[in-house]
Amino acid sequence: MALGPYLLLAAIEGLVGAAVLALTAVGLSLVFGVMRVVNVAHGAFFMLGAVAAWFVTQAVPGPPWVGFAVALVAAPLSVGALAVAADLLVLRRLDYAPEPTIVATIGLLYILQALALTGFGPDARPVPAPFEAVIQLPWFGVSAYKLAVVGLAAALLGFVWLGLARSRAGLVMRATRSDRAMAEAFGIDTGRVYALTFGAGAALAAVAAVLIVPISQAHYLMGGDPLLLAFIVVILGGLGSLRGTVVAALAIGLGDGIASVFFSPTVGKIVATLLVALVLVFRPQGLFGREAA
Amino acid sequence: MDRRARLPSRRSLLQVGAALAGAAALPRFVQAQSAAPVRLGVQVHLTGIGAAYGRWYARTARAALEVLNAAGGIGGRPVELVFEDDATDPRRGAEVVEKLATQAGCEAIFGTLFSNVVISSAARAGELRIPYLVCSEGHHVASGALNRWTLQPGITDVKSQVIAMAPWVAANLGRRVAMIFPDYAFGHDHRDFFSEAIAARGGEVIARIAVPPTETSFTRYLPRIPRDTEVLYHVMVGPSVLTFVKELGTFYGRGGRPEIFGFIDSLEGVDIAAPGLAFLEGTHLWEGQPRYLQPDAPEHETFYRASVGVGDSGAAQEDPRDVSTYAHMFSVWETLFVIKRGMEAAGYRGPADRSALVEAIEAMEAFPAGREHPQGDKLFNGRTHQAFGHQHISKVEEGRLAVVHTTSIEDGLYPDEVDYTTRSF
Repeated sequence: MALGPYLLLAAIEGLVGAAVLALTAVGLSLVFGVMRVVNVAHGAFFMLGAVAAWFVTQAVPGPPWVGFAVALVAAPLSVGALAVAADLLVLRRLDYAPEPTIVATIGLLYILQALALTGFGPDARPVPAPFEAVIQLPWFGVSAYKLAVVGLAAALLGFVWLGLARSRAGLVMRATRSDRAMAEAFGIDTGRVYALTFGAGAALAAVAAVLIVPISQAHYLMGGDPLLLAFIVVILGGLGSLRGTVVAALAIGLGDGIASVFFSPTVGKIVATLLVALVLVFRPQGLFGREAA
Repeated sequence: MDRRARLPSRRSLLQVGAALAGAAALPRFVQAQSAAPVRLGVQVHLTGIGAAYGRWYARTARAALEVLNAAGGIGGRPVELVFEDDATDPRRGAEVVEKLATQAGCEAIFGTLFSNVVISSAARAGELRIPYLVCSEGHHVASGALNRWTLQPGITDVKSQVIAMAPWVAANLGRRVAMIFPDYAFGHDHRDFFSEAIAARGGEVIARIAVPPTETSFTRYLPRIPRDTEVLYHVMVGPSVLTFVKELGTFYGRGGRPEIFGFIDSLEGVDIAAPGLAFLEGTHLWEGQPRYLQPDAPEHETFYRASVGVGDSGAAQEDPRDVSTYAHMFSVWETLFVIKRGMEAAGYRGPADRSALVEAIEAMEAFPAGREHPQGDKLFNGRTHQAFGHQHISKVEEGRLAVVHTTSIEDGLYPDEVDYTTRSF
């Protein structure tokens, strides 16, 4: 295949990866930014989103797009609710101390994975795409749904940004992030903010999974790669920085897509990891992060 | 974890515990054991990337056990199976072998599929001196890489499969071949032996595309298929096989495509008629045993199919969406009956006879087609510990698989690379 079409395919693949990665990583970044919690269970919430999408599309009759639309709402809501419960039952009782929360979220990861294995089973299960269409280019075909994923993810990210920048909830979250004690002095129930932030972060992972699951199937072990990449993106972009996260996701997604088309996916991962190491050496706060006080 | 798979073994452990307790060499045990059950271990991929196979391998083993016990077990003794999940993980695999051999008190272990698990587990089985009968298709048994305790009597190895089929591919589909295969031992067997076999027929492998077995996205590999490819040869494993074939279909879209020849591995457990797979129409697939009931199927085929609970289209009788791993799972059934024949020939009484069991199987030369060998007749080479059977090439026609060519056993024979019988136990 000539270089032009080759690059085009790499860019499309990279954009799809970047779009889903950005959504997942923004969830992780939000939780860290507001709560200073490193959520190792984030990949498990991603996986649960995909599993929930499978259950919903099985249960909802009618054409595939109806089930998908319901899943797009129901999966993040249910996963978010589960995360809120996890926050109230586990993280709050640990007083959000850094080391215990890491260990607790690792435990949570295993529990959620085991629950998925028990309730959903060890098989990969396909979720039908809301529509099956192939855009035929002269050199290869492209799934129209993949392009729709990029558009939907971009819209969702814009929505998250608007919510954080313009809504009252966003204001409260930002206030809690910059100074928890001060926010409490102004009458903000920061406990509630924490619980809802944890829920929102998990919901973002779940919605990313719903978008990708018609492409890659639901499987109980599918949370590992997104978790690793989301961590890389969040570290690269600067912990807690939304803009940095999106830019880093684009860089990693496109870089990985292009590197893996030309070399091998392993090389793509090596490059990404190397990039993180370099950033950590020369800019420990991340590309867009502020200096730690 | 699959509790159902383990509970019977614990219960039975209690029932016969006293009789078996730590009595490997006591004369009293030898006398008392005539009616004691023969306990065999099944190493099974119930979780991890081999889960789709593991579930059906376990089901096939249970069905074979029922038939075996109904016919009097082994030498008049009933047989018990102890299932243990290895999570399709090589490290865990070796632990499972140890657990089955030492804690569960199994006389032999069988059923393992994934070659990376086989290779690490075989080493442990050799150390523990317990017969280890694998169902993996890998060439590692016949290549001499393993040990005297490891045998593969239930399924033909990849080397033989591709040698048998390469002439048909070269004559009917094309000679310039691009290969996509999983990047571990099993895939490397395909790469190496098919390259050799097609070259011997004047063909050439013009691209070798290795994909990590845990990969979930495949489109990025597809541009590496050269434009002048005549035949695309695909073999894929793991939970994402459906994604692989779907993305292949999208990639070629409505444009021209090469001939496609695949191993059913890329579609095991997957409904051929699933949305997005219409492009498979007219492509060819290897099958160890035909998934769809063929018009000329013999009685032992239908008997086996019904015993395992598989319908005419290869899916579970109780759930047509639950497609079996039909092309491979016969190997578990056949291996159990090889163990039976071996134990009876060796006059097997207890762990002291384990090496006699291996020798008895090594002495076998052929397995006739029948209820014990429903896939068909096979030759067995005791020196290389490997069975050789017929292979099927099927064509996708109207969303079903129809056999268009069956190889003879002789098509797949190759010179011995090892003589395990000269090695010590």
